[in-house]
Amino acid sequence: MAGTFPAAAERGTDAVVAVRGATKHYGSVRAVDGVDLDVARGELFGLIGHNGAGKSTLFKMMLGLIAATSGDIRIGGAPVTGSGFREVRRTVGYLPENVVLYDNLTGLETLHFFARLKRVPAKECGAALERVGLAAAANRRVREYSKGMRQRLGFAQALLGRPRILFLDEPTTGLDPEAIREFYLILRGLKADGVTMILTSHILAEIQERVDRLAIMAAGKVQATGTVQALREQMDLPLWFRVRLAPPDFESVRAALCELPVLAVEAREDHVAVQCRRDQKMVVMQALASLGEKMVDLHVHEPSLEDVFFGFSD
Amino acid sequence: MDPRQIGTIAAKEFWDRIRNRWVLAVALVFTAFALVIAYFGAAQQGTVGFRSIEVTIASLVSLVIYLIPLIALVLGFDAIVGERERGSLDLLLSMPITRPELLLGKYFGLAAALAFSTVVGFGLVAIVLSAQLDLTALFHFFGFVGSSVLLGMAFLSIAVMLSVFASDRTRASGLAIATWFFFVLVFDLLLLGVLVVTGGSYGGDALPYLLLLNPADVFRILNIFTLDDVRTLYGLATVFPRALAEPWLLTLVMLAWIVAPLGVASWRFRK
Repeated sequence: MAGTFPAAAERGTDAVVAVRGATKHYGSVRAVDGVDLDVARGELFGLIGHNGAGKSTLFKMMLGLIAATSGDIRIGGAPVTGSGFREVRRTVGYLPENVVLYDNLTGLETLHFFARLKRVPAKECGAALERVGLAAAANRRVREYSKGMRQRLGFAQALLGRPRILFLDEPTTGLDPEAIREFYLILRGLKADGVTMILTSHILAEIQERVDRLAIMAAGKVQATGTVQALREQMDLPLWFRVRLAPPDFESVRAALCELPVLAVEAREDHVAVQCRRDQKMVVMQALASLGEKMVDLHVHEPSLEDVFFGFSD
Repeated sequence: MDPRQIGTIAAKEFWDRIRNRWVLAVALVFTAFALVIAYFGAAQQGTVGFRSIEVTIASLVSLVIYLIPLIALVLGFDAIVGERERGSLDLLLSMPITRPELLLGKYFGLAAALAFSTVVGFGLVAIVLSAQLDLTALFHFFGFVGSSVLLGMAFLSIAVMLSVFASDRTRASGLAIATWFFFVLVFDLLLLGVLVVTGGSYGGDALPYLLLLNPADVFRILNIFTLDDVRTLYGLATVFPRALAEPWLLTLVMLAWIVAPLGVASWRFRK
């Protein structure tokens, strides 16, 4: 599974997916506007943005489904729409948003159909169903599948042919929490095998602990790229401390912090909330430590990916 | 162009129509109509029973000319737009397949289903009537079945083209019905109208050639002119130049009616 891309090596880049100045215009609308993106081999990369931010269009451009108005998109060093597109496609798995399969086929027949198109031996289909937990429903018609089962079947289809790059558009839609956990376990296994994965999600809390890096898109542009932590630092959002004293004592907390440029000190139900700039984090912690044994709990609340996201996209 | 990819798509389309009994239903419709026409076609004249293959074919031609274009258009109108509207087109196109391969695969699969229904449906009739048919009659009958298959494929080609151009299924179905009305009901009336309005002074000579612009007319002529006995039954025979009445030439025109819409569809779909 962990193959190499000779063409990428020749170009002297580790990026398995390399996007340069990708632009797509629909009349006067710039759906995707000059996007640069590099995704490294074995990386789990998130792409987030509001509806209409351009992520689905960019996704389809990276897959070669939509021709770029301008720019260059390469997968494993080869252009996605060139004469070698068949070879490129065989290295790629795609799970579309709201995947639609054929109701009249069984799960196994569905995979057989896609396997033939991908030139994958039919015997791989059973294993793929097993992997996504659908082995027991292999011979049932897709018509009888629940939304979550269809999503799993779509994922099994994407895994056919041991792709080296997976494009997953809203992959956990319709899955219950248990299935979402299993899904990310599979992704972890694939990552260990060197598979590169690009996924979109609306549920930012779900991906913030799981992706290696992510890009935030708005108005057709990539507004920021990096690890969740790097984006937090780049956004420089303030962080919150939650301090609990026994007995509750708002005044001592305020007194401990009176010399420091904290942004807010507020008494809450059973704790005191303190907001400060990121670069004040350590001094505030030291000052709070001076409260000694009165302090029974201290919780640092980093801005969530959601806070970062709104910071960049608004 | 990879024929294996075309074959994979075509096989799926074909087996889908076998499994949902579409092929069976259409074949039975053809058999039932053909038998009714063969046995009761002359009921208005006060007789029942099989008369001659020529008369039977002439009646069948009038039936098939309405029925097959309709069935072909209904079969093909959502080939592409249906996948697009359901949302399954992107996934298909993300496979190692080109757009023309997908289009041709769809077409060949549907064409095979329609051709199979036609051959089986009318083939059953041939078996039922075999006792009354000599070799020449059988030859005529198979000529009729063959031209019916071509007629279906021509209208299927038009339907697939419409399904590439239409932005949604509703529009595609509207276009398909309009196409049926135009070629099956309006076209001949229009030609006749022009002929009558101009008192035959304008377009009279061009008329036979204009008939080639309608695959339904080509089908009709193909069957009339291959049956010398009934040729005189139709007024058309008097206006149609002998030079164009060659079965091979008419078959070529029919093939052009299959290739051209598919070519346009492929060009459009690639964009």
